[in-house]
Amino acid sequence: VPNNPKSDMKLYCLSGHPTLPCNVLKFKSTTIMLDCGLDMTSTLNFLPLPLVQSPRLSNLPGWSLKDGSVFLDKELKECSGHVFVDSVPEFCLPETELIDLSTVDVILISNYHCMMALPYITEHTGFTGTVYATEPTVQIGRLLMEELVNFIERVPKAQSASLWKNKDVQRLLPSPLKDAVEVTTWRRCYTMQEVNSALSKIQLVGYSQKIELFGAVQVTPLSSGYALGSSNWIIQSHYEKVSYVSGSSLLTTHPQPMDQASLKNSDVLLLTGLTQIPTANPDGMVGEFCSNLALTVRNGGNVLVPCYPSGVIYDLLECLYQYIDSAGLSSIPFYFISPVANSSLEFSQIFAEWLCHNKQSKVYLPEPPFPHAELIQTNKLKHYPSIHGDFSNDFRQPCVVFTGHPSLRCGDVVHFMELWGKSSLNTVIFTEPDFSYLEALAPYQPLAMKCVYCPIDTRLNFIQVSKLLKEVQPLHVVCPEQYTQPPPAQSHRMDLMIDCQPPAMSYRRAEVLALPFKRRYEKIEIMPELADSLVPMEIKPGISLATVSAVLHTKDNKHILQPPPRPTQPTSSKKRKRVSEDVPDCKVLKPLLSGSIPVEQFVQTLEKHGFSDIKVEDTAKGHIVLLQEAETLIQLEEDSTHIICDNDETLRVRLRDLVLKFLQKF
Amino acid sequence: MDPECSRLLPALCAVLADPRQPVADDTCLEKLLDWFKTVTETESSLQLLQDHPCLVELLSHVLKPQDVSPRVLSFALRLAGAFAAQEDCFQYLQQGDLLLGLFGEAGALGWSAWSIPSVRSGWIQGLCALAHHPSALHFLADSGAVDTVFSLQGDPSLFVASAASQLLVYILALSMQGRDAGSPIPEVAAWPVCAQKIVSHVQESLHSTAAPQVTQALNVLTTTFGRCRSPWMEVLWGQLSPLVASLLKRDPIPAAHSLVDLLLSVARSPVLSSAACGPWEILAQTLHRLSPTQAGPLALGTLKLQRCPQELRTQAFGILLQPLACILKATAQAPGPPGLLDGTAGGSMTVDTLLSSKSACVGLLCQTLAHLEELQTLPQCPSPWPQEPLLDAAVIILRLCDGSADPSSSGAGRLCGTLAGCIRVQRAALDFLGTLSQGMSPQESMLQVFAILLKNLESPESSPTVLKKAFQATLRWLQSSVKTSGCSDLSPDALLFLGELFPVLQKRLCSPCWEVRDSALEFLTHLSQHWGGQADFREELQSSEVPMLACQLLQDPESYVRASAVAATGQLFSRGLQATPTSSENLQAQQGLLMDLMYILSTDSEGFPRRAVLQVFTQWLRDGHADVARDTEWFVTTVLQAVSRDLDWEVRVQGLELVQVFLTQTLGRFRPRCPYAVTLPEATSPTPHPEFLRTLCRLPLFEFVFRALFDCDRPVAQKACDLLLFLRDETAPSSGPQETRDGPNSASVEVALQRWQEGEQGQPLGDLEPEAMLALLRSLDLEGLQGKLAKSSDHIEKSPQSLLQDMLATVGMLEENEADCY
Repeated sequence: VPNNPKSDMKLYCLSGHPTLPCNVLKFKSTTIMLDCGLDMTSTLNFLPLPLVQSPRLSNLPGWSLKDGSVFLDKELKECSGHVFVDSVPEFCLPETELIDLSTVDVILISNYHCMMALPYITEHTGFTGTVYATEPTVQIGRLLMEELVNFIERVPKAQSASLWKNKDVQRLLPSPLKDAVEVTTWRRCYTMQEVNSALSKIQLVGYSQKIELFGAVQVTPLSSGYALGSSNWIIQSHYEKVSYVSGSSLLTTHPQPMDQASLKNSDVLLLTGLTQIPTANPDGMVGEFCSNLALTVRNGGNVLVPCYPSGVIYDLLECLYQYIDSAGLSSIPFYFISPVANSSLEFSQIFAEWLCHNKQSKVYLPEPPFPHAELIQTNKLKHYPSIHGDFSNDFRQPCVVFTGHPSLRCGDVVHFMELWGKSSLNTVIFTEPDFSYLEALAPYQPLAMKCVYCPIDTRLNFIQVSKLLKEVQPLHVVCPEQYTQPPPAQSHRMDLMIDCQPPAMSYRRAEVLALPFKRRYEKIEIMPELADSLVPMEIKPGISLATVSAVLHTKDNKHILQPPPRPTQPTSSKKRKRVSEDVPDCKVLKPLLSGSIPVEQFVQTLEKHGFSDIKVEDTAKGHIVLLQEAETLIQLEEDSTHIICDNDETLRVRLRDLVLKFLQKF
Repeated sequence: MDPECSRLLPALCAVLADPRQPVADDTCLEKLLDWFKTVTETESSLQLLQDHPCLVELLSHVLKPQDVSPRVLSFALRLAGAFAAQEDCFQYLQQGDLLLGLFGEAGALGWSAWSIPSVRSGWIQGLCALAHHPSALHFLADSGAVDTVFSLQGDPSLFVASAASQLLVYILALSMQGRDAGSPIPEVAAWPVCAQKIVSHVQESLHSTAAPQVTQALNVLTTTFGRCRSPWMEVLWGQLSPLVASLLKRDPIPAAHSLVDLLLSVARSPVLSSAACGPWEILAQTLHRLSPTQAGPLALGTLKLQRCPQELRTQAFGILLQPLACILKATAQAPGPPGLLDGTAGGSMTVDTLLSSKSACVGLLCQTLAHLEELQTLPQCPSPWPQEPLLDAAVIILRLCDGSADPSSSGAGRLCGTLAGCIRVQRAALDFLGTLSQGMSPQESMLQVFAILLKNLESPESSPTVLKKAFQATLRWLQSSVKTSGCSDLSPDALLFLGELFPVLQKRLCSPCWEVRDSALEFLTHLSQHWGGQADFREELQSSEVPMLACQLLQDPESYVRASAVAATGQLFSRGLQATPTSSENLQAQQGLLMDLMYILSTDSEGFPRRAVLQVFTQWLRDGHADVARDTEWFVTTVLQAVSRDLDWEVRVQGLELVQVFLTQTLGRFRPRCPYAVTLPEATSPTPHPEFLRTLCRLPLFEFVFRALFDCDRPVAQKACDLLLFLRDETAPSSGPQETRDGPNSASVEVALQRWQEGEQGQPLGDLEPEAMLALLRSLDLEGLQGKLAKSSDHIEKSPQSLLQDMLATVGMLEENEADCY
C-alpha cells in the first residue's frame, strides 16, 4: 500500500568525530541512536595527571595574557610554548540539544570504543529505552570505562578550572585552546556507579539475531571484523533497509571476519569508522613497531607503548610472541599495566565464538586462542593493576611496558613518561591512532626519549570501501563530511576519499539530514476469511483486481485488513452500542471503472448518436472533445473524465452513458 | 643402425601396427621418432627402408586407419615425412603411392581420426619434414595439400594453426628456391604457381575484415622475412607493403601486435631494409598510429636496429619517452629547465590518456620504464641520452608512488591517487633508477636520488620486494658516486648518505619480515665488499650497530637469513669490521665468529647456512685470513670432519673446493719461490716436497677425498676425481706403476677403498704413509673413472636399443596381463 510520503527518514548527527560517531535515526516512528562515542581528544588540552607527585609538572609557570593580567595563572600553565588547563581532564560530549534524548527508544552499539559516552546519555537525559550490544562489546567496554574512571579518580584534583571557558576569555587564549569547540559543554568523567547503571540497561545480542522494535522495524547486528564482538547493524522494515557500518575491518586479525553479504540491497548505507590513518598499512606499521622495539631494547633502552587495555594489544602481543625469539629478545620482560589488565587478558580467551575461525578451532585442541597465555606462563609477559605494589618489586630494565592512557593525560603511562623521558636510549612507540602523538607529547617537552609513530588502524581504508560499495551496491551512501574530501594534509590525494555514485551525502556535527529516500509502501495483512471472499478479475493478462471492503486495523505498527462487520440489524438497536462496534455504515458500493477511452471511436460513437460538429483538441494530459452545437465539453484525461454542460442533465446522462460503454466495471 | 636395433625393429613395427597392443606412452613414440631422425641424418633413408621392409609395412598398414590408434597415425605421418625428406627415398615411397595415400586428399583428411588435433599436427609436421626438394613441391601442388594448409591456419588447436603457417613459409621458400642466382627476380605474377597461390592467399587475408585472418597473414610474412635472405623477398614486400600500409587506415588497427612483429622483422632483414621499398615510411606511420602501449615495443625494436634512419630513431625515442614526458609535464612546479621532448611533436599525450584506467596507466609505465632500462645498456642507446629529465621522471614517479609528490595540477593529483602505493611501478622505477646510475648525473640530481632511495628504504610502507629493488639501486648509485668523484673514495654526498643509511639498515635488520632481513644482509655484504677497505666507510659502519645485529642474525629462525648472515659476517670479518672493535676483546670475538660458523656448519639443520659457511671458509683460506692462517691444519681438519658427515652434496662439493685451495696453497709453500725465474714448469716439480706429502697424510684429507670419490652424488665424485688427478699430476707426474706399491699399508687401504666402492662406507681408511698414498694414486684408474662420471647417470637407459626393448617390454607385459584375464 503506498504510504504517505511525508514520513521521511531523518538522521540527527550528534558527533563530528568520524570514528566516534553518535547519530540518531528517526525511522517509522522509532528513534534509534547509533553508537555513542566519546570524543576524548579534548583531554589533550589538559595537563597530565601524575600518579606520583611530579615536581616538573607542579612547577610549571602560570600563563599570563599579553597585557600582563595573571588572573588565569592558576588555571592555565605553560610548558615549552604550549598552554594547558591545570584541571581534571574533561570530555567533549555528543550534542544534547539537537534532539530530545529522552525520546530515544533504543541505542545500538557497534563496538566497545563507540560506547564510551553511554553513561552521559543513559543517566542524564531522561533516557528510558534499551541499549543493544554484543557480550564482548559490553564486557570490554566496561573494562575501558572502568580503567578510565580509575585513572581519573585515583588522582584527585581539587581544582576544576572554568574561568578560561568564558567566551571573552577563550578568544584571548593561544591555539588550540582558542579554537576548542563548545567548551562549556565539556564534562568531567562519570563515576563507576553511573557506569554500572548505564551498563545495566544493555540487552545482549548475538550476530544475526533479529530484534523487533515495536513491530515497526527489525534490527540485526552483523560481524564487522574490527574488534571482539564488533558489529554493523541492519535496520529494516518490510520495504526499507538501512545499513549502519561502523568500525569494520577486512584484515585477518583476531575477530570474526566481516559479514559483507548481508549489507547488500540497502537503500541507505551509513558509513562511519574508517581508518584514521589511510596512508599507513597495518602490516608495515607492525613491522616498524617490532624493529624499533628490538633496536631500543638491544641498546639497553626501555620501550613504552601507550595503549588501550584491549584491541590492537592482542595482535601486538601475538606478533611479539612470534618475533621475540627470532630477534633474540626472549629475556626481555614485557609488562602490561592496567587496572583491568588481568580481566582483559582473560576475557579475550573466553570469547571463542567471537573470534576468527583459526582461533576458534584452537579451543577444541584445547589450547588458548591467543598465544599471550603462553607468554604469561613462561613469565615473558607480566601484568599488574598499577605501578604500585608488586610491580615495583619485579620491575627490571630494559623492558617493554604496555600501559594507558594513549592520550598520555592520565594513567600509569604518565609516570613512565616522566621516568624515561630524559634518556635518549628509551623509546615511546605510539600504536593507537586516536590521538595526535605530537599533541600528546606536548606537556612532556623537552623530551630526550625517542618517539616512534606507528599507528595501527585495521579499519577499512578507501580502497576497501570502494570495493565494499561496489559489492553491496547501496542506493545511497551517507558519511561524515571528512570522508568526502581528501585529508587536509594531503589535499591532492583524490584516492583518499569516498568515491561513489551517486555521490555520498555528508553530515557534520549538529546537522539534521533528511535521508534521500521516500518510504512508499507499507505491508498490510489480510485476514484469511476476508481473502476468501475476494473475487479477482483479470483486467490485463497477468493483472487481476478485486475490490475489498474491509476495516483497517492498526496496532503496534502492524496493519491488518479485517472483514467488515455485518450491517447492523435495526432490531438490536435498542441495546447499548459498545465502542468497538461503532463502525461506519457500509453503503452499497458503486462499481469501479477501469480502462481508457479511445478518442476516435468515441467520436464515431458520438456521431452515430446524432452529435455533429465535433472538434477534438489535444491537451497536455489528454483530449478535449467539443460539441460546439450543444455548447458542451468533454474533457478526457488519463485518470478523469469530465462532462461540462450547462444545466442539461439529460444531455449529461446521455453522454455519461456513452462514456461508460468504453469502460470496464467491477 | 646397430644390429641389435635392426633385430628388434620388426617386432616393434608389428606391435605398433597391432591395434590390440596400444602404446601407452606418447613420449616413447617421440623418442623413437627422434632416433629415426638422427639415423637418417647419417644414413640413407632409402637403404634403411630397403633393409627393413617392416617399416614400409607399418606405413602401408596405416593406410587402413580404422585399425590404428591416433597416436600411431600421427607418428607414422611424421615418420613418413622424415624418410621422404631425402629425394630418392621420396621417389621410392611414391612408387607405391604410399605418400599420396597418407598425405593426399584420400589419405589422412578422410580419416575419422582427422578430428583429433595430434593427427592433424602429425600431418603438417610430416609435410614440413618432406618439403625439402623439388619433387616434394610437385607433390604438394598436385595433392591439393596447400588448400588444406590454408584452412588449417584457422585451426582451433593453436599448435596446428601455428604449424600450418610455418608449413606455408616452407612451401613458399621451397618453390622460390634456386631463383636467386643470376637473372633478376620477376614480378609475383610470373612466380611458380604454388608460390603465387600462397601470395594471393596472404593478400586475400590481408584484405579480410576478420582480425584472426589478418593475424595469420602477418605471421606468415613475419616468419618468411625472418628466415630467408633471398632477393625474391624484395619483390614480395614490394607487392604486399601497400596492403600492410592500408591496415593502418583501419580503426581500430587489426592485429597490432602481429603488425609490430612483421615490421620489425622486415626492418631487421638485410635484404629489405636496404631495398628501394624499405620499411621506414610504413614504420614511421605505424609508430604514429598505434596506441602508446602498442607502439612501445615497436619503438624499442626500432631503436635496437643496427641500421635505421636517424629521423625514425628520433621519432621512436619520442614515443618511448612520451609517458614520462607526460608525467614530468603534469607535475612540473614551474616552466623550469627543458624537459623531455620539448619542442618535438611527440609530447602530444595528455595525462587523461595516460590515466584512462589504473591498470592501463600502471602497465604503460612499467613497460616504458623496462624498455628504457633495456635501451640504456645497449650500444644502440640514443645519443644524446636525456639523463637529467629521465632521472627527474624516475624520481617523480617514485614520489607519486609513495604519496610524497606535491602535485600542482589536478592531473598530477589524479596521477598521485592512481599510483599511490603501486608496488609494480615502484619496482620498475627503482630498477630504472638503478640503471640510470650508469650515466653522468649532476650533483643536485644525485642528492635527489639519494633522498628518494633513503625514503624508500626507510618507509614502513615499502613492501619486501620494493625494498630489495631499493637496496639494489642504492648499491649501483653508491658505485656510480665513486666513479663520478674520480677516485676510489666515496663522494662527500655519498658519505652523508651512508650516515643516514646505517640507522635505516639497522631497523631493517630487525624487521619481523624475513625477506627484509635477508635483503638487508645481502646489501650489507655487497657494501662491505666494495668499501670495506675505506676509512670513512669503516668509521660509519663501526659507529653503528649494524655489525652486531648481523652477528645476532646468525641465530635467525629462517635458514635463508642465517645463510645471508653467515655471508655478511664473514665478509665483515675478513675486512676487520667485526661487531666488537675494542682491542682486548678482538681476538676472542674473532675466534668467537670462527667457532660460531663451525657450530653452524656442524649443527644447522638446513643446507643454505652450511653452504654459506663453507663459502666463507674457502674465501678466508684463499685470502689467508689471520684466524685461519694461525693454524690452518687444525682449521682444515675441523672443517673436513664436519663436512664429511654432511648430507647436502653441495656442501661436500664446497668442501672439496676448500681442499683444493688448501692443496694449492700448501704446494706453493713448498716450492721454490721465484716468480721471475725462467725455468720450465717440469723443472720446478720433479718430486713433491716430502713435508708436503707428510702434511697431507697428517690430515683426514685423503679419507675425505676418497670417500667423495665414491659418493653417490655425481658432482661430488667428479670433483673428487678432478682433485685426485690434480694431486697425482703434482706429486707423481711421470712415474708409472713401475714404482713399488707394496708400502706398509697400501694393501689395507686398497681393501678399504674396494669396500667403499661397493657401498660399505663404514670402514675407516686408517693411517696413511706418504709412499702408500702415492702408490695408491698411481694405481687408481682416475682417467677411466673421470670418463665414466662425465656421462650422465642415465646414459645406458638413453640408448635406442634400450628404448626399443622398453617399448616391447611394456607391450609384452600387457600381453601377459591379458592372458591373466583369460
